[in-house]
Amino acid sequence: MLYNAFRLALHEIRRNVMRSSLTILGVVIGVAAVITMVNIGSGATVQVTEQIASLGTNLLIVTPGQRMGMGQRAPAPAFDVDDAEAIAREVSSVAGVAPSSSRLVTAVFGNENWSTSVVGTDNRFLEVGNWSLEAGREFTESERRAGSAVCILGATVRRELFGNQDPLGSKIRLEKLACQVIGILQSKGQSTMGTDRDDLVLVPLRTFQRRLAGNQDVRLIQVSIDKGSSTEVAEEEIKRLMRKRRHISPAEDDDFSVMDLKEITRMLTGTTQVLTALLGAVAAVSLLVGGIGIMNIMLVSVTERTREIGTRLAIGALEREVLTQFLVEAVVLSSFGGVFGVLLALIASVVASKALRVPFVFNPGIAIVGFLFSVGVGVVFGYFPARKAARMDPIEALRHE
Amino acid sequence: MRGDQHTKPALVELAGVTKVYGTGGAATHALRGIDLRIEEGDFVAVMGASGSGKSTCLNILGCLDTPTSGSYLFRGVEVGRLTRNQRALLRRHYFGFVFQGYNLLSRTSALENVELPLVYRGIPAMERRRLARRALAAVGLEQHEKHSPAELSGGEQQRVAIARALVTEPQVLLADEPTGNLDTARSVEIMELITSFNRDRGITVVMVTHETEMAAYADWVASFVDGRVESIARHDEVA
Repeated sequence: MLYNAFRLALHEIRRNVMRSSLTILGVVIGVAAVITMVNIGSGATVQVTEQIASLGTNLLIVTPGQRMGMGQRAPAPAFDVDDAEAIAREVSSVAGVAPSSSRLVTAVFGNENWSTSVVGTDNRFLEVGNWSLEAGREFTESERRAGSAVCILGATVRRELFGNQDPLGSKIRLEKLACQVIGILQSKGQSTMGTDRDDLVLVPLRTFQRRLAGNQDVRLIQVSIDKGSSTEVAEEEIKRLMRKRRHISPAEDDDFSVMDLKEITRMLTGTTQVLTALLGAVAAVSLLVGGIGIMNIMLVSVTERTREIGTRLAIGALEREVLTQFLVEAVVLSSFGGVFGVLLALIASVVASKALRVPFVFNPGIAIVGFLFSVGVGVVFGYFPARKAARMDPIEALRHE
Repeated sequence: MRGDQHTKPALVELAGVTKVYGTGGAATHALRGIDLRIEEGDFVAVMGASGSGKSTCLNILGCLDTPTSGSYLFRGVEVGRLTRNQRALLRRHYFGFVFQGYNLLSRTSALENVELPLVYRGIPAMERRRLARRALAAVGLEQHEKHSPAELSGGEQQRVAIARALVTEPQVLLADEPTGNLDTARSVEIMELITSFNRDRGITVVMVTHETEMAAYADWVASFVDGRVESIARHDEVA
């Protein structure tokens, strides 16, 4: 019976190719939209996690001032190098500590100039932030101590100032400081927030403090924690230590903050996931609209074929059999929509992920879910017209003009 | 003639059957108490003016409709008490229908149209094809099995419809003005076909018609007037 209904459905669809294709278009677009949205969403999530992993795992970021809502900070005294050393010394399970300070400076080489972030730090910055060198070398111990005029360029700065030239050994000017390029960083690309992580110049911390900032401040301390150790424990220890060093009475709030990258990861992937769900929901609405289109055409089809239904009933078709016939027809229609939707989604996902520079992720699970959804749409929206057909009075149906 | 042998059990027995459409003041009394007994192998013509209730009676006989009151026994079964699906099964297994408007499935070949009742009987495809070919041959349309109704003349379409009604070898053939849309030559062709099935295969035929020429093919004629059987005339008795 089901096989016959299936054959009949194909026959019916072939009879009205144009109408059938237009009908399933809604489902095609709906299914494709849902799958594409979810694929792009998964791609974005993968990208976020990868980027955060590339920042360094188990990373804590300690900054002076307390965050007050959207990016605002209450003014608070900066750290100094000793604070960083104290963390390295006293906090357990610390793998590395990288104090740094940075400022926006226009870097000049020859006729080229480029506004970039100059970061005063030391070699531990590379280790903690998972940076590697594409060419050249790190700072030497004597350069660090002496505060020498040497720098390591990020990939963007190198490209903007030097183009295809080899920058190693050249001197660039950072305000009044002329410093020699000793290394080039491996490119890291865009960050999750859309900023260019390669747009920076590293100089020794002491050089930065003396020649660019004119103070002893440390604005940021990155702390990496041993793998397998709890970042929560380390975070607590750092807080306790800094409160002591900054003489904060128990009644007062912290005037610094410790951010856990894991937390940021969770937050960001949470955001992309919510966004994915939201986009998916919007896409699902279009699938719903597609379903209504199918219902509409099935109702038209049932009305058109009233005499046929009457004939079938008169000949001895059971209600159930007529219902099955029309339900199968709706489901076959919508499943075709599902299949084409999955194919369209595949193409759309490739194109969209290229356009949005998100890694291409094809989630077969969501493709299957999308297809099953289209089948479900056929069942749900095909049921009402099919029931209408099955419940017809054969005598009236036969008389229908 | 078979109609004479009263020893045979009644295939169809209507007793005091009424049919009322609508309720209250708007009620239409299509049948006002029909008593009818049809035996196996009979060829009955039902005559009457339009609105006399003959089509309603045929619908009730064919289990497409149920009486408002009274009793309809088909092979001893009270049809009025059956569910919709049970009546559908009764139609499937015992009845063949020929409609005035043919009611063939459009854009479907003659062969597939004839196969249709076999599909609902669950007969496998190969056997279905064989039986449908045989039925088409019996109505002289073996050359037209691939043709769709639109490619056939009215007479040919009605012959396909008869093939469809008879392919299951039903016990009863119900025909509602089978020649209503056809010219005289075609009508005679159709009537001879129906008569031959009645005579050769013992299929009981109940045919609604308003043409005396067509009714003449039947063993006996029930004349309807205003929802009642006014007279029953036996051709063999008259002739």
